[in-house]
Amino acid sequence: MIQYVLRRLLQVIPVFVGTTLLVYYMVFALPGDPIAALFGDRQPNPAVIAALRQQYHLDEPFWVQYGLFLKNLFTFNLGNDFTGQPIAATLGRVFPVTAMLAIEALVIQGVFGVAAGLFAGLRKGKLFDSTVLIASLVVIAIPTFVLGFVLQLVVGVQLGWAKPTVGSDASWGTLLLPAFVLGLVSFAYVLRLTRASVIENMNADYVRTATAKGLSRPRVVLAHILRNSMIPVATYLGANLGALMGGAIVTEGIFNVPGVGQKLYQAILRSEGPTIVAIVSVFVLIFVVANLLVDLLYAWLDPRIRYDK
Amino acid sequence: MTSNYQADHYVAPIDETPLLATDSVRTDQAPLSLWAEAWRKLRRRPLFIVSALLIVLLVVIALFPGLFTQVAPNDNCDLQFSDGAPTAGHPFGYTFQGCDVFSRVIHGTQASLSVGVLSVIFVLVIGVTLGALAGFFGGWLDAVIARLGDIFFALPLVLGALVITQLPFFKDNKSVWTVVMVIVLLAWPQMARITRGAVMEVRNADFVTAARSLGVSRMGSLLRHVLPNALAPIIVLATMELGVFIVAEATLSFLGIGLPGSVMSWGNDIAAAQPSLRTNPAVLLYPATALSITVLSFIMLGDALRDALDPKSRQR
Amino acid sequence: MKVPHMTTSKISVSEAGASDVKPLLEIRDLAISFATSGGEVQAVRNAHLTIMPGETVAIVGESGSGKSTTALAAIGLLPANGRVSGGQILLDGEDIAGAPEKRMIELRGNTIGMVPQDPMSNLNPVWKIGYQVRETLRANGRPDGPDDVARVLAEAGLPDAHRRAKQYPHEFSGGMRQRALIAIGLSCQPRLLIADEPTSALDVTVQRQILDHLDKMTTELGTSVLLITHDLGLAAERADKVVVMYRGNVVEAGPSLDLLRNPRHPYTQRLVASAPSLASRRIQVAKELGVESEDLLAPSEASPGAAFTGTTAQHRAQQGKDKPEEVLRVENLSKVFKLRSGIGRSADFTAVDSVSFGVKRGTTTAIVGESGSGKSTVAQMVLNLLPPTSGRIVFDGVDTATLNSREIFAFRRRVQPIFQDPYGSLDPMYNIFRTIEEPLRTHKVGNRASREKKVRELLDQVALPQSTMQRYPNELSGGQRQRVAVARALALDPEVIICDEAVSALDVLVQAQVLNLLADLQANLGLTYLFITHDLAVVRQIADHVCVMEKGRLVETGATDDVFDAPQQEYTKALLNAIPGASLMLPPEVATA
Repeated sequence: MIQYVLRRLLQVIPVFVGTTLLVYYMVFALPGDPIAALFGDRQPNPAVIAALRQQYHLDEPFWVQYGLFLKNLFTFNLGNDFTGQPIAATLGRVFPVTAMLAIEALVIQGVFGVAAGLFAGLRKGKLFDSTVLIASLVVIAIPTFVLGFVLQLVVGVQLGWAKPTVGSDASWGTLLLPAFVLGLVSFAYVLRLTRASVIENMNADYVRTATAKGLSRPRVVLAHILRNSMIPVATYLGANLGALMGGAIVTEGIFNVPGVGQKLYQAILRSEGPTIVAIVSVFVLIFVVANLLVDLLYAWLDPRIRYDK
Repeated sequence: MTSNYQADHYVAPIDETPLLATDSVRTDQAPLSLWAEAWRKLRRRPLFIVSALLIVLLVVIALFPGLFTQVAPNDNCDLQFSDGAPTAGHPFGYTFQGCDVFSRVIHGTQASLSVGVLSVIFVLVIGVTLGALAGFFGGWLDAVIARLGDIFFALPLVLGALVITQLPFFKDNKSVWTVVMVIVLLAWPQMARITRGAVMEVRNADFVTAARSLGVSRMGSLLRHVLPNALAPIIVLATMELGVFIVAEATLSFLGIGLPGSVMSWGNDIAAAQPSLRTNPAVLLYPATALSITVLSFIMLGDALRDALDPKSRQR
Repeated sequence: MKVPHMTTSKISVSEAGASDVKPLLEIRDLAISFATSGGEVQAVRNAHLTIMPGETVAIVGESGSGKSTTALAAIGLLPANGRVSGGQILLDGEDIAGAPEKRMIELRGNTIGMVPQDPMSNLNPVWKIGYQVRETLRANGRPDGPDDVARVLAEAGLPDAHRRAKQYPHEFSGGMRQRALIAIGLSCQPRLLIADEPTSALDVTVQRQILDHLDKMTTELGTSVLLITHDLGLAAERADKVVVMYRGNVVEAGPSLDLLRNPRHPYTQRLVASAPSLASRRIQVAKELGVESEDLLAPSEASPGAAFTGTTAQHRAQQGKDKPEEVLRVENLSKVFKLRSGIGRSADFTAVDSVSFGVKRGTTTAIVGESGSGKSTVAQMVLNLLPPTSGRIVFDGVDTATLNSREIFAFRRRVQPIFQDPYGSLDPMYNIFRTIEEPLRTHKVGNRASREKKVRELLDQVALPQSTMQRYPNELSGGQRQRVAVARALALDPEVIICDEAVSALDVLVQAQVLNLLADLQANLGLTYLFITHDLAVVRQIADHVCVMEKGRLVETGATDDVFDAPQQEYTKALLNAIPGASLMLPPEVATA
């Protein structure tokens, strides 16, 4: 197990370095004045430019710049936005809201997706299964931002069941609708994946043997079919965190959720280059670390992994 | 294991189970290649028929929008019709700018489909080439390609696109091509991974070894034996990704980092409809429905293909 | 009590045994059907069998004969699309054919146990072995503490059971997993144990140990056993009664030895004649003495007796060239693989250790060994697909390591392989014509017309109709695919053919056919075979010389008859003893009625 963790850590390091290097290189090392490019057509005041040159050490050689950028990233020294506010402080304030949103969305896709997938898989070919299969295709086909607008309009405005925009009042309750929008597409994927996995495992030899041992049906389903079907689902949820982050930007934008995604969305609208790079780098960091955690979870779920190779 | 119980020696009447010649060749049916078999399964699936018809329709609309609407999408915009209700000849009503919604939906098809198709083509070229080489040859080549893929894979599509589109080159040259470049750059690792896995599954098959011992070169066996047998998951993923990339284009355009405003696209129209969402939701719903139906067609096609090409359902 | 010929009535139990002994399991007129996309398919018809308490009954048949389906019905585990469509399954007089699932759950485990076929796939990979034993005990209301679990595992012959219980299935070898499955199957002392090919996935020596242990345990517990197997020899050796199934029907049933010595149904006769573990003669020799290959399958024909054993070499010499030259010579061949054993570390694994042997032109040399013996690695190196770590392979006087790429290309024309898996050795995308034509096209032999003519000839040679050309591999049976593989190997008129487990995946009758085909081809074309196999019974049927390998080393080599009659090494003796039914090796006159 320790071997496995070490090996995974060794694999994560080059990925993290490579990805941040890529991000950093694209923004700061391509030809042209990066500071001017960051601002696009607008002309910031010289004091801001000077602060940015200082922040990103643009006078140093590239590798030093990159090293300092990494150091800043790990110490959450992310610089200031155009209004002079430290980005790190802003992020610290809005991060809990996004975390709440993400957790709610994860629960929707993880718990309900797995439950519905298990239910459909055990009743393969029956009415519930066929309905869910078609419905999930439709859900997958509707882009998150379309779904967001439609639900905002129908559930929020016309039916008045939820607040159409969250605003400053972010709580588990008010975030439910945005979280539903954010989680729905992945919910459909998780459902389909669980269903396929359950159907495969139902026909596995070890499930037949478990039944032959005299185990009750619920026990066979929970301890053998469901337990083994979790393995691909965990992998998917980890890889899907990236899509969740992208979705958070859109969802928070639509529902005016005061989270990290909304800050990013506003930064895009205002063409605030430094803020965008800082937030994306933090996201990449979270994504890489989260995937490492999922890998460890995966090793716990599937003992064979720990010994392979 | 002895018992004093003695059993009869029973023999079934021979005419009840006549002996068949051991191992006779079936000659009653037409030969059936795997592709023919998949086609036979496909053409009976309603999912496939519906999605294929929709896709044909979409392609025709994209190529010949003039067949479906005589109204030019931009020229006749008139603010007096702003957010106007449907009238004769303008079945979907008007946008905030007073443009004809139906015409914009029809003309927006081209941008979405082009981005989807072009992205998939380039993703296939890059992803399949790198994935096949990594999977077939293994060793350091595999390690390098796998790490390279991991690096791009760690950049989620929307986030990566945000950074890339901040580059001056992309800011200044917004077009279908820049969107395609962004998508291809961030989406090839997925295709490479799937191809690599499929190739690795086939590369040690006995028929590949047999071909090598016949004198077929390594590259020859990769191209003639391994890749054709690894195609099924690649085709399925490519079909599904066509839908996913169309969503990606719309999402990027919606965020303002995709197609420029001058290009007519569903994503741009949905973004533009946002302010008038509460007063005139139809302006948003029509392009959104068109987008969803298009994506659904490709996802359904991919799903039908997956079932038809599933090796587990093949008869042995 | 021997019943005279051709009993057509069903077994009548009441008159067969002593009146106070009641059968434990009685299957009457059982019919099982499967719902498929092509409609209802009858898998089993009119099956009947009786198991008395403490008795072992074997069902023997080829794949698709319905033997496993019948057994699964008895424990209520038919696949979801299958159902009992007629007849009764009486357990202690209670009909369980239509019993509700609740009743079946009560019975499973403590009344009917099961030992499944494939030890690799029948243990859940994510749970520890101990857990999988414990849940069995708990579900059947037995004490399930750590000591109970360990005791159950220890009884099945797993040493160090307390520690083993804390391990996962992938940390177990195949034989240990099968012991764990036997432990689970017998943990609640069932009265009936269904053993579905319990050892067919294991090496012969392991197989023997496990079957011996299973015998011992079931005898001690007084458990009745329903043994499902494809191996007539194994069935006869282990069971009191044998039931032969063919295409869903019971075609013959009776006391083991009686049935084996006196098979009456033509199918059983065929089976007895073809069972490699029971055969004691070499196909080729038999043929040279005027016995046609089809007759070898037909039991009515008198077969050549022991008089011909030992004359193999003589016949070879007469039939082949006057002076048999050595076409292939392997000298001190070794192969070392580097295995990763953690970050930055690697361990050497010697797969083949200094192996030397020679193969004479026109003869068959068998390399026999169990899994992990390195026999297939030798084949890969001889085929020039894997570079040896050290040692030489001399083909027709030339060291193959010295060949340049052009010469290797030429070498490939002369040495061709046939692989084990008839499903994996043909490209599913190629039709049969393209498959057989590929070697010709690769070596630019002839034009399209002449190549087609050659393909037709090759199909004739392997006894497949020419119309097979248009078919795809998925439309052919295993035996037919293997014939196609033979035709492809023959396309370039090679001198040496390397058969890597070429018949191991086939049913006995088909296996016998393919072996006969290979023998015919050798006689007609003067081919040299290097035959890689784990199956000593097959070796006896086809090989002139045999090399026995164990853990990468060559332990014994010699003429086949010498090795079989007087094995010198302990390992060879163990292998020979482990052939199922070896102790029953019947004199030829008994094998034919």
